[in-house]
Amino acid sequence: MAAAGSSWGRLPGAAQRLLPIASRHDRLPDEPAMLPFGNGRSYGDSCQNDGGVLLKARMLDRYISFDPASGVIDLEAGVLLSEIIDLALPSGWFLPVTPGTRFVTVGGAIANDVHGKNHHRAGSFGNHVLDFELLRSDGSVRRCSPTENSDWFDATIGGLGLTGLIRRARVQLKRVAGPWLIGDSRRFANLREFFAIATESEADWEYTVAWIDCSGTGRRLGRGIFIRGNHASAQAAVDARPPGNGSLRMPFTPPVSAINGLSLTAFNKLYYHRPGAVATDALWHYRPFFYPLDSIHEWNRMYGPDGFYQYQCAVPEAGAEAVLEEMLRRIGESGLGSFLLVLKTFGTVASRGLLSFPRPGATLALDFPNRGARTLALLEALDDLTRSVGGAVYPAKDARMSAAAFQHYFPRWRDFSRFVDPKFTSSFWRRVTETPNA
Amino acid sequence: MRRILIMGATSAIAEASAREFAALGDALFLVGRNADRLGAIADDLRLRGAAQVDTYVMDARELAGYPQLVDEATRRLGGLDTALIAHGTLTDQPAAAASSELMLEEFRINALSHMVLCTELGNRFEAQGRGCIAVISSVAGDRGRQSNYVYGSAKAAVTAFTSGLRQRLHPKGVHVLTIKPGFVDTPMTASFKKGALWATPSAVAKSIVKAMQRGTPVLYTPWFWWGIMQIIKNVPEVIFRKLKL
Repeated sequence: MAAAGSSWGRLPGAAQRLLPIASRHDRLPDEPAMLPFGNGRSYGDSCQNDGGVLLKARMLDRYISFDPASGVIDLEAGVLLSEIIDLALPSGWFLPVTPGTRFVTVGGAIANDVHGKNHHRAGSFGNHVLDFELLRSDGSVRRCSPTENSDWFDATIGGLGLTGLIRRARVQLKRVAGPWLIGDSRRFANLREFFAIATESEADWEYTVAWIDCSGTGRRLGRGIFIRGNHASAQAAVDARPPGNGSLRMPFTPPVSAINGLSLTAFNKLYYHRPGAVATDALWHYRPFFYPLDSIHEWNRMYGPDGFYQYQCAVPEAGAEAVLEEMLRRIGESGLGSFLLVLKTFGTVASRGLLSFPRPGATLALDFPNRGARTLALLEALDDLTRSVGGAVYPAKDARMSAAAFQHYFPRWRDFSRFVDPKFTSSFWRRVTETPNA
Repeated sequence: MRRILIMGATSAIAEASAREFAALGDALFLVGRNADRLGAIADDLRLRGAAQVDTYVMDARELAGYPQLVDEATRRLGGLDTALIAHGTLTDQPAAAASSELMLEEFRINALSHMVLCTELGNRFEAQGRGCIAVISSVAGDRGRQSNYVYGSAKAAVTAFTSGLRQRLHPKGVHVLTIKPGFVDTPMTASFKKGALWATPSAVAKSIVKAMQRGTPVLYTPWFWWGIMQIIKNVPEVIFRKLKL
């Protein structure tokens, strides 16, 4: 129950009240400043509402129906993606798109239009939502789909919970043979090689992602490991044994961040040079493949009481290599380093949302322990680089981008704001819209 | 497969317990006031593995309705061997202290209704020579305190009643479980400030299901409430009357 209502980045908290939403048949409370709160896996302040109310939408956690013939699942919006897997995988269905944690709610996955390692094939989560019900503060309910109230559908996908409470949704799942993935991993020496492997892999591999060694400098800059996989056939996985369901928990918050220059360099070097870094015909269970960090509950406590920032940007393909290289150089020089630096190409499947983040090109994500002004200055510099090539920063991860940057990244924000419920708001939304002369 | 009647099935602890029963493949008969909520919970429990889920709308305060309720549950499930009695309200103490009418109403919902249903179930289970009746009382029933003695004394009645029923039915092969939860984070307690002593409905439900399987007579959940209540029960009355509990 610790830190109820806080965000994943654990940055110093907001003062807000949590109110239960016990039933999808209930009306919203009569409050002037509300925000739905799912499982608190957004990193920054997009799931925070300083001075207002958070609606505990995680309590809407009931399955409604599931058709094992068609793979259509109907759910209350507080159901976790992990709970979809629990119900559907035994009958051969999996999430059409999954982020790097399965502990997010369906409502959160829609509201942030989350993406995964198969973006180049499948687009983002919103591309697989058949319809949902949106409850507004005036008591009205809108059923939204690509053909019904489609303008509301597009505003709510990626709409950061601001258009009303998503109380129920239907999602088209994806056929799989079982819980296994088959694939390979290989080292690459620099970003040019990364892009070459990514291009070559996209036709034959459903899932691709790369991990970058951020201690690399000079000739080693941008070296990393490229991982790709496909769902394995039942035949390929016939002898495979599932991993234990065991997990660890970060039992306490260390007084200072356990992530520092020394531990990072050692970790990254070990990861790059470890014997398992290169593999062919590897068989992975879906849990370590998609959710390596989910096995350490509350890993976010590692960054200490000051919390951490995550920076995730997307940049267009043209010029991506140069600008990403410059970002890596700045991060390396700053020594403010990062635990995980993830690189992934985005495909051309268009996201539906007015505020959806994915766009063709490449995306980079990395964590920064909160070291105050120095960290913020570095992230500001990274923002300048992102802007210079027409990229964008992911609101679900953000706690600090300026209003000017947001409005530049998401030019349709004014159009979107027409759909915002008059009684809904968030710390993020106020920060990026309520500035003088915006 | 057990055939289980759940009274107050839309409460958070009852719903979490029902999910445990569903995962074990039991057949369930859900009773509550709100048909929409019962329907949503029933759909969910079917997908979680329940062999059968039926619903029944009833106001727990209608004390004359219990024989019919038990008949209907037995008929629809093709028998009945288990019950979880989980309904109730959290009394507004200042209001119930000011009005004897409201105090009586709270006793009807939090004590008399439980005692009527226990009587109906106990007699039938005794006749069939087996069964389990699990009743949610509260740590609040262990000692009356000024902050909630109307609720607390209703729960004390439930605790004493189930204790006697347990003695009577134990030789007949019927298990009576008295459940005493401490602070549980549910919609009923939404307005309370939460601290380290608070438990989730899911954790409480798991301990209830285990106690039902093991034949435990009295369950404090979470377990540490046993220790807390031993201390509270043993404070001498001359001191207790001066405390602001």
